[in-house]
Amino acid sequence: MLEVGEDEPAAPRRKKLEVGEDELARYPFLDEAGDYMKDTGFSLEDLAADPAFGRVRDMALARIEAAAEGRVFMKGAPDELPVEIYSFLLAVVMLKISSRRAMYGRFALAEARRAERFLESDLRRDTRASMGDATRGVVARIMHDLFEVDIERDGDDITMPVPSYLLHSTGFHEREWKLVNRRVSGGMVRLTPREAVRLLRSAVASYISSRITSARTPPSVPGLEKYVSRITELAAAFEPAASYTGEYPPCIKHAIGVLEKGENLPHSGRFMLGTYLLNAGKSIEEIAPLFKGAPDYNEKTTLYQLRSLKEGAGGSGYSCPSCDKLRTQDLCHETAECAGISHPGQFGRGR
Amino acid sequence: MSAILGSLLKRYYFERLADIRAPARAPEREFGYFRPGSGMVRHISVRDDAGLRLLLSQNAPPDVYCSNAYYAFPELPMREKEWRGADLIFDVDAKDLALPCRAEHAVRVCECSRVHARAECPHCGSQKSQARSLPCKKCIKAAWDEVEKLLKILEEDLGITGAIAYFSGNEGFHVHVEDPGTYKLGSKERLEIADYVSFRGAIPELVGLPRNAEKKKKPAKPAEPGDPGWPGRYARHALASKAARSRAKKEAESGGYQLAQARLAEAAPVIGARIDPGVTTDVHRIFRLAGTVNGKSGLSKIPWEGEGDPYEAAALLGGDPREVVAECPVRFALGGSRFGPFEHGRVRVPAYAAAYMICKGLASDPA
Repeated sequence: MLEVGEDEPAAPRRKKLEVGEDELARYPFLDEAGDYMKDTGFSLEDLAADPAFGRVRDMALARIEAAAEGRVFMKGAPDELPVEIYSFLLAVVMLKISSRRAMYGRFALAEARRAERFLESDLRRDTRASMGDATRGVVARIMHDLFEVDIERDGDDITMPVPSYLLHSTGFHEREWKLVNRRVSGGMVRLTPREAVRLLRSAVASYISSRITSARTPPSVPGLEKYVSRITELAAAFEPAASYTGEYPPCIKHAIGVLEKGENLPHSGRFMLGTYLLNAGKSIEEIAPLFKGAPDYNEKTTLYQLRSLKEGAGGSGYSCPSCDKLRTQDLCHETAECAGISHPGQFGRGR
Repeated sequence: MSAILGSLLKRYYFERLADIRAPARAPEREFGYFRPGSGMVRHISVRDDAGLRLLLSQNAPPDVYCSNAYYAFPELPMREKEWRGADLIFDVDAKDLALPCRAEHAVRVCECSRVHARAECPHCGSQKSQARSLPCKKCIKAAWDEVEKLLKILEEDLGITGAIAYFSGNEGFHVHVEDPGTYKLGSKERLEIADYVSFRGAIPELVGLPRNAEKKKKPAKPAEPGDPGWPGRYARHALASKAARSRAKKEAESGGYQLAQARLAEAAPVIGARIDPGVTTDVHRIFRLAGTVNGKSGLSKIPWEGEGDPYEAAALLGGDPREVVAECPVRFALGGSRFGPFEHGRVRVPAYAAAYMICKGLASDPA
């Protein structure tokens, strides 16, 4: 039986949502999609090799290719709802078998953006968004069950508690996402449906990424070889060309590791990594490829930002933050070798 | 440590021990205190009121601290504590308000221990000295005004009603929020709250003055005084009249976005609460414990609701006279009385005033 996105044994399982086939096609990352698959009785072997499922395999690969190109996969006719659900599940299996972590993040982000479109339209349509309503709509249930965000409807707008808003908004760099620039009253932040779902994009992507990481799949599945090798080809474009193995401090090693796994490194972490390596004498051209693993990697933006780090602060370039500052940003991964240093630049130097 | 101060602290903790309570969730917090001669003692675990009272009576420390954070293992080194959450804390300090009166009650304590108000010590010629301030009523009133702004914003906007304000015992106030909704917030999220209450980082769109309004065919609709949150607060401050709203709209629409931005920045220190964001964002900090003495002043950290004079209410080390060798070139008000200025020499003052000057480095035990 296909087991996709099974949580690790330690993770508590949430109460199942009651969702229909059309909702699963829109949100195939839900646990319920795996149950749907089980209920149909098809096995992974069927999906991987049976000629009847060729359309599923092609759509699974198409989803991954779209992600690699930075596009959002939106195909799927109403009569293809099962194909949409199966193709997502199979894409997760293919990615997991490929072990190309650089692709996990890109796929998760693309699927999160896809879900965002549905979430927004569902949220606009759904007059039962309030968490106080036992028959609340699927978006409110997803937000509550997956992300612990309790939303309320207020006219055309959505409101959510300030702490929930903050836990999801601090990753945004644009000033309009700052709490001070939101409409806040009585402990609730007011958002448009578009803003509400955009806010959760990163959380949805993380959730999908965790589904891939925790999926229990065999090392290989007959019939999927050519798909897996295509993923390997696609991933090559996003895997760092060079990997620094010198004695960097643990915070820097950790940041590089995060990017190598294709996971998201927050802005503060990118600032730390860029400034550290620039101050260590690396060139922009040497550093830029390290960021290829970032789910939102864009070469032009990366080069521009590295140049800003190198030439900013009045032309002398920005300094890497101190250990104290990194601690407050949750970027410190101190080891015994860090004893006595107050700045990552002091790591490994005789004192 | 001064023998006079040491004996006053012992008496204080002996007489007032029953009034001092361990904070909520005490077993999960890190406690620490300053031990004269050997420095800070940290990573202490206190289980309850009795444990705290034992610590205070045994050590009578000049400063006692307690973490805002909750840990699984508060007594272990920092990286092994396992952070579980933290109270939200705001710090308002009169010195950050930089009032003009500050220069009138600031002195310098030279490395030769003499006190003066110049760049160079008139007694030994040294330029090395430490600044000391003896805040006046204006300073503490201004700090309290900031606290009142803060409490209002917390309640009206952020829905936080249980905040408790404390006079820190020196130059300002601490506002503690024990709200389960905010326990888990990390530094970044707390920085957003700090910026929010300070009205820092606001953009013109917030108050209905968008960039290039004409190009976007989205007419500017300036905020109204009755709007909730910051738009309304800013409107009441800067757009109170029809004329002011019309002027602001024209400024924004005629390419004056930068000007509108500058207007918001100018308004921030006036309508925002002027807090120290570094304190609010620190989720591992240890804070002075309520009910204990502040070693920088000899005054106690006490809950404060704004009625009366905290420099009178917090002077709790006793009114019996003590003789000290004082040098205090400025007057100060404490415990409901006025003291100084004192030229270098012996003076007899109430115990709390003696302790105050000793803590500020303006007095010492007689030989």
